[in-house]
Amino acid sequence: MSNAVAQAEGHGHGPHHPALQHHFDTMGQQKEAAVIGMWVFLLTEILFFGGLFTAYLIYRTWYFDAFAAASSTLSIAWGGLNTAVLIGSSLTMAMAVRGAQTNKRTATINWLILTMVLGAVFLGVKVIEYADKFEHHHVPGASFVWAPEHEGAGGAEAAEGGTHPATTMSADQLQRTTQIYFSLYFTMTGLHALHMIVGIVLMMVITWMAWKGKFDSEWYTPVEMSGLYWHFVDIVWIFLFPLLYLVERHQ
Amino acid sequence: MVLTLVTVLAAYVNLGAFNPVVAMAIAIFKATLVVLYFMHVKYSSRLTKLVVLTGIFFLVILLGETMMDYASRGFLPTLPSIQ
Repeated sequence: MSNAVAQAEGHGHGPHHPALQHHFDTMGQQKEAAVIGMWVFLLTEILFFGGLFTAYLIYRTWYFDAFAAASSTLSIAWGGLNTAVLIGSSLTMAMAVRGAQTNKRTATINWLILTMVLGAVFLGVKVIEYADKFEHHHVPGASFVWAPEHEGAGGAEAAEGGTHPATTMSADQLQRTTQIYFSLYFTMTGLHALHMIVGIVLMMVITWMAWKGKFDSEWYTPVEMSGLYWHFVDIVWIFLFPLLYLVERHQ
Repeated sequence: MVLTLVTVLAAYVNLGAFNPVVAMAIAIFKATLVVLYFMHVKYSSRLTKLVVLTGIFFLVILLGETMMDYASRGFLPTLPSIQ
């Protein structure tokens, strides 16, 4: 029994864990309510990203060549690294939940910090990738320029009669369709990165709470709920990566 | 859990003739592992599992129906100016 339970005695009814809210009968019931509530929120996130994925799928079906050419300017090395980093951070997050579950305060805090570090690494890599886009004028808008001669992927192959069938698009159309790809790229990865930042801030709050000793093996729900959010953001990236980065890399 | 990390590396040394269907299959497999084990859905109540399945069901309808709609009309774009 933890000290927390002893403190809860004497306020009008029998002793219970201080974290048990009065509209619940048991801790188990409270936890299940929290889990379901969190999942309903994640469903709204699925609505959110699902719409973007659908838009991406449709445009990719229409303008496949342009999308393939634009996608090949992305670095698989950075993208792959980010995927590994995020999955690793999900692992450290799961370890943090486990630490809270087994009443190991220091281990929990360490795993949470590691999760935040990995999240920061992910964001740092995204900054590098975005900076590269700015340099190459691949940011949609007035400064967007698609110059296949310099990209090496689209133009050079068309000239050699390579894997891409000679695109029937005019240069102007190519500009607009590759710009669509980059619009989707920045929107989807940008919103994903925003969710990552929110997640990291969330982790900071949870780490502070763990530091203050608020969690024990009977109540570690905030850690677990933050974990659910974090894993969800990871899953979004698991789908973002192959869709955005791996469009027809046959060479 | 470590397996998931390995899957990343194995899947993305990929510069061979890589079919998007296979890439998606691997992504779905990884996501399933994360949902079941990292998110503890495997050990959750049936109501929780139902909520998760609802989300997946929604996605299937959104993606499937939208693509079927376009497929039934030959993928004509709404703006025929860019072809």
